[in-house]
Amino acid sequence: MKQILCPMNGLRDIDEFVYGGVVRDMPDTAHCSDEDWSEYLFLMDNTAGLVREWWLHSPSGYWFIAERDTVSDVISATFDPSLFFTWAAAEHTQANSDD
Amino acid sequence: MPLTLIKAAFDRAIGKAVAADLPTTPELKSHYDVVIVGGGGHGLATAYYLANYHGITNVAVLEKAYLGSGNTARNTAVIRSNYLTPEGVEFYRASVDLFQDLSYELDFNMMYSERGQLTLAHTDANLRSFRQRCAVNQHFGGRTEMISPDEIRHLVPSLNMHPGHYPVLGGLWHIEGATARHDAVAWGYARGASRAGVELHQLTEVRDVLVESGRVVGVATDRGRVGAGCVIQAVAGHSSVLAGYAGFKLPITTYPLQAMVTQPVKPFLDPLVSSPSLHCYVQQTSRGEIVIGGGSDPYPLYNTRATLGLKEQLVANAVELFPRMGELRTLRQWAGLTDMTPDYSPVMGLSPVENYYLDAGWGTWGFKATPIAGKLMAELVAGDGGVPRLMQPFSLERFRSLNLVNEMGATAASH
Repeated sequence: MKQILCPMNGLRDIDEFVYGGVVRDMPDTAHCSDEDWSEYLFLMDNTAGLVREWWLHSPSGYWFIAERDTVSDVISATFDPSLFFTWAAAEHTQANSDD
Repeated sequence: MPLTLIKAAFDRAIGKAVAADLPTTPELKSHYDVVIVGGGGHGLATAYYLANYHGITNVAVLEKAYLGSGNTARNTAVIRSNYLTPEGVEFYRASVDLFQDLSYELDFNMMYSERGQLTLAHTDANLRSFRQRCAVNQHFGGRTEMISPDEIRHLVPSLNMHPGHYPVLGGLWHIEGATARHDAVAWGYARGASRAGVELHQLTEVRDVLVESGRVVGVATDRGRVGAGCVIQAVAGHSSVLAGYAGFKLPITTYPLQAMVTQPVKPFLDPLVSSPSLHCYVQQTSRGEIVIGGGSDPYPLYNTRATLGLKEQLVANAVELFPRMGELRTLRQWAGLTDMTPDYSPVMGLSPVENYYLDAGWGTWGFKATPIAGKLMAELVAGDGGVPRLMQPFSLERFRSLNLVNEMGATAASH
């Protein structure tokens, strides 16, 4: 059986994991238009290639992020989400300082 | 004597060359009135109706592999109309009507076989939703009724009445449920379209959609650029990729769906039997093989690989339904790519790009809609810009206006 390297539990059978959708930014619900919201809700990139996704290790209730190729089904990296948010925050700071 | 034989053999070969049903791929012209991307059932049906019902014959069907090589050949060939919503039932009803006459229409044997389709209720909630589906179906003239466990036992004597830990409490009996040879549907439409002048281009892959100031002007293929008055995309399994070339997103996520057939045995199973609770449906083909299908894979993928876990689960549930099948061997397995939409209904009609038309989001319900999708797409393209009534509920716009057509309960693994 295919296995996934869980950042917390190590290598486990894929049956223990639940797919949680592609990692993407949610619009600010307090201020976004109905149109932006329906776009966020329904319209998908549905990329054929490398994507970043949420996965849940169900027995331990642990959510993490995986980089997976949606054509070859190869999972090239998995990491704790805190890393991702640290990077995102760093990128944000970088982008702001470029302005 | 031997010389006479040889002479006769040569005479026969020269004098009686068999005409091919389908012509070889011609040279690409620089421009067509209509370019259809995708040479599966839907694309070929659209070409057929355009040429034969609307007199539009300057049409090219572009297919990256061979005709009917994608999901037309990978579905489990279930034809039915017992959906849940009035919009869905009316649409699929029209498709079943066309299917019933399709062999005559195309003069091509579809091996259409009206066996009836039985969906099993294992819970009270199942029974309630089946009653609703039954009423909606009857309202639109469908032959569907609720039947009791006794009637089920009579109809399918080989069925285990306690599959898994579920009792069989009743069933939705769809008398018009049918199956047909799916390849023949593609071939029949292809021949009819080709005879009316449509060009069929196999091994021709579209790699870009050419859009100028919001309007489609052609496509770029691996055999060169082609201009087009309008373009129809009918590429189940790659709808998002092609729409991406045209510059917009679709409400679609692509999942594989795995299926298999057993070795052929003598006929023992007449109706198509489906258990939504067990995520399994079973039917015996005309040549005796048992087709086993289920739900889509648990996560998105553009790949038709097999997984042992899902296959084991499918077989286990099929054997629960029909314990005697435990003695059979699996003959073939395969997967198709299902473009799943949030409401389990298709996305058809207009797109954000002018003259670029959508026939997408066919998830696990595309084969049974082949004739009506082709007919309506042809009406849409040939018409004066109005969207045909039966197609209107399935517009891409419904996601913006939140008018979804929810068929989840009537689809999932229940075909």
